[in-house]
Amino acid sequence: MREKATTLYLGPQHPGITGNMMVRLKVEGDTIVKATTEVGYLHRAFEKLQERRNWLQAFTLLCRFCVPEPDPVEESYARAVELLEGREVPERAKYIRVLMLELARMGAYMLWYGGQNGSLGLYTMGQWSVGDRNYILDLFEELTGGRVYHMYIWPGGVRRDLPEGFADKVLRTMDYFEKRLKDYDDLMFDNTIFQKRTQGIGIVPKEKAVEWGVVGPILRGCGIKSDIRIDDPYEVYDKLDFVVPTHEGGDIWSRALVRREEVRQSIRIIRQVIEKMPSGEIYNKIPNPHKWALPKGDAYARTEAVRGEVGMYIVSDGSTHPRRTHFRGAAYVHAITLLEKVLVGANVADVSAIMNSLGTCPPEIER
Amino acid sequence: MSFFDLKGTLKPLTALKQFGKKPHTISYPKVSKEAADRYRGFHYNDLEECIGCGNCSTICQNAAIDMIHLEGIEGKKGDSGLRPRIDHGRCCWCALCVEVCPTGSLSLTKDYNYVSEDPDSFLWTPGKDNPQGKEKISFFSTEETSLNVFQRVPMPELEGKERVKSFAEVVLGYSETEARAEASRCISCGLCTEVCPDHMHIPEYINAIASGNDADAVRIIYDNNPLPEMCGKVCTHRCEDVCAIASRGEAIAIQWLKRYATETAATADITHEIVNPEIREANGKTVGIVGAGPSGLTAAYYLALRGYDVTIYEANAKAGGATMYGIPKYRFPIDSLDKQIDYIQSIGVKINFNTKVGKDISFKEIYDNNDAVFMGVGFPDAWSLGVDGENAEGSIQAFRYLYMINSGEKVDIGDKVIVVGGGNVAIDAARVSRRMGAEVTILYRRRVADMPAAQDEIDGAEEEGVTIVPQAIPIKVIEDEKGHVKAVEYLKAEMVPDERGGRPRPVAIEGSNTIIEATSVMAAIGQKGDYSFLEKEFEDKIKIERGRFIVNEKQQTGDPKVFAGGDAVNRTADAISAIADGFRACKAIDEMLMTK
Repeated sequence: MREKATTLYLGPQHPGITGNMMVRLKVEGDTIVKATTEVGYLHRAFEKLQERRNWLQAFTLLCRFCVPEPDPVEESYARAVELLEGREVPERAKYIRVLMLELARMGAYMLWYGGQNGSLGLYTMGQWSVGDRNYILDLFEELTGGRVYHMYIWPGGVRRDLPEGFADKVLRTMDYFEKRLKDYDDLMFDNTIFQKRTQGIGIVPKEKAVEWGVVGPILRGCGIKSDIRIDDPYEVYDKLDFVVPTHEGGDIWSRALVRREEVRQSIRIIRQVIEKMPSGEIYNKIPNPHKWALPKGDAYARTEAVRGEVGMYIVSDGSTHPRRTHFRGAAYVHAITLLEKVLVGANVADVSAIMNSLGTCPPEIER
Repeated sequence: MSFFDLKGTLKPLTALKQFGKKPHTISYPKVSKEAADRYRGFHYNDLEECIGCGNCSTICQNAAIDMIHLEGIEGKKGDSGLRPRIDHGRCCWCALCVEVCPTGSLSLTKDYNYVSEDPDSFLWTPGKDNPQGKEKISFFSTEETSLNVFQRVPMPELEGKERVKSFAEVVLGYSETEARAEASRCISCGLCTEVCPDHMHIPEYINAIASGNDADAVRIIYDNNPLPEMCGKVCTHRCEDVCAIASRGEAIAIQWLKRYATETAATADITHEIVNPEIREANGKTVGIVGAGPSGLTAAYYLALRGYDVTIYEANAKAGGATMYGIPKYRFPIDSLDKQIDYIQSIGVKINFNTKVGKDISFKEIYDNNDAVFMGVGFPDAWSLGVDGENAEGSIQAFRYLYMINSGEKVDIGDKVIVVGGGNVAIDAARVSRRMGAEVTILYRRRVADMPAAQDEIDGAEEEGVTIVPQAIPIKVIEDEKGHVKAVEYLKAEMVPDERGGRPRPVAIEGSNTIIEATSVMAAIGQKGDYSFLEKEFEDKIKIERGRFIVNEKQQTGDPKVFAGGDAVNRTADAISAIADGFRACKAIDEMLMTK
């Protein structure tokens, strides 16, 4: 007997810990037959606001595009500006940027650990990983002066050099994480509850993935090797040795395995960065920001974030203010068009887990 | 996978080994976390160091900073008297305000905890409301990290050795690229406008140059200065002394930028085309102006624009006053002056040259035939040294010497020139004499640091080989048997602190007499006015005290119909003050005649 369809509203208050967004679900029993995403709760018009700010002021808005991992946004903006202006960046600054990006990746994955498990009712993991994330935030605080919003990677380089003893502290933190990740495995990946709630759930079909514009860990979780750090290397990624993990399956489980490995690769990259970082300048100073005009034209720079490819497109009319900026965020594709497809046929209880697994980030979707 | 997975059930239980471990989070509020050394917490501002330029407020993209008056902090030259107040409810802790603060007075601290039910209490003034913040400064800017550009684009100049060979202009002027680069250093704080006697719209025209609109810059400059190229070359540029950027770096080259902008208008015609002045219809009123110096020309230009019939009476063959006859041509070439005079005449100002008031035409006649009169008569006479032998042949007033050279006359100064004085006239006379091939020594009563001349002028003189003997008081000019200057005798002086708190006074040391050979001696210890052209009836009405006309804030003398400006009025005795006087007088005359 066919059951009568009911409409359910999930959100907008934090399904899991993804942020404010709603999914309208049409369910029969507890099976979803149709999912419609409803966004608009977080719109802050950053792209428009940037047009009212000069090229430097516009930079301070970037970190708010994605709270858990703000640095790739800053990096792609900085690089787009440098590309348009032809501004050279000192080698040391490039290494520091990679250090920032990888620390940010780890920090964001620590939140993901919490969110992914929390959405399945496994709360201990989140307490651990969010607690451990604090060690990364401590590093950020020491380097940039801010824990969550760093406002550190800016056009021309980075704002301040590493403080004394910072490199050692980073290495000590990496040692800690390497040991600590084994505990995570015990609690999460070896946990039968986690396995049963993720294997075969939230499948993104491999043959459709590219067509649907899927990127990042989600594409890699379908067994497709794609990573901007390798495909279109920026900063100094081409000088570093690391592996891009992939897993067949396309479900939450394979995406989790990809992410599990990526944290380990980040540790590997950070150690190399500390080892190879040259001494020297960290900043090719911009002119007086009030009168700093960019040449007429446009530029796009893309960066691999935990959600996949993010990129900043900037247009200059030759003046001191951006004519237009546009942010390309992976979350838009994953958490709107892809989510609506993947949710069909899923169980209501799995929605939050799927949303987390797809890297849903409403602040990035809406800007 | 079987339904019951033993490993997968037991493994998570290993979490129990964490049981009894100390938490790695801190137990707030029992323990409070010490912020990192670079933490971006609440602001702190060193109120003494701050100059109230407002650059923090300008860069703040959240409108979290406003500039307010604080009790006990008065505005002064180079300090607006305002201090930033920060709305900590709006602040996003980006610290751009710190990065652009030219003095480095603004910084962020390690303080980050503040709880209050009162939303207004988040609005406070760093430095005043958190004096303890000084101990906790964490995020600050250094000259290295600051986003201000402290280095000035160097001005291309002739080499010292090249200069003395001719009267070619020493300063070569900025190229377009150089000017744009220099202009783009400006932070548009406007402290310069405040201190400029004429309150020129400096940030606005610099902004125009920075964005490539030279014509706009010229138009903005002509808003209140009809002799900008003159100012661009010889101004005392007090604006640069107070430049916010100068607190940690080199001041914006405001003078050179003005010069650059005006030089883009190569001729009087082009100037006319660019400025495209709106000249009002003739209003039937006439104004007579005595003296075609900067103040007279300024009053004439702006009165003519307002529809007045303006006639200037000038004793000399050329206009410009002291800037024509007193300033050497290597600083201010004649074509440059002519171009500006031509332009001023092109809008309808009439100049009667070689017409000395009091001789060729009486002041009374001018007074009777015009609705208002402006006097910009300057200081044509020089003070004498008052020592023995001063009247010997070869002893000449430096001001007179410059006049003769600038008029194209030949003056025999011999090969050893002594200039007495430390002002710009002394330096000018010395540098001109170097160009005439003489060895030059300047004798000055006080220390070099006390010289009233502009520092770059003093440097220029030294580069050209002028010897400066400070703390030297001339007591006698020694003549040879033919009555010609042979040497100068002077006493060395020591500096004695002034009991009344003034600057130290030079006191001659007995018995330190020194004699220095000379072929000519030039006194450059100041000029004075000559008011003999005024008839008795005016002399009484137009008050003169200590050698200067007494005027009110509108440049009006004791006779309401007569206005005055320039050196004969103000003590600063520079062109820009004279221009400001002329502009003020124009407004006052216009107001007086139009409201009648």
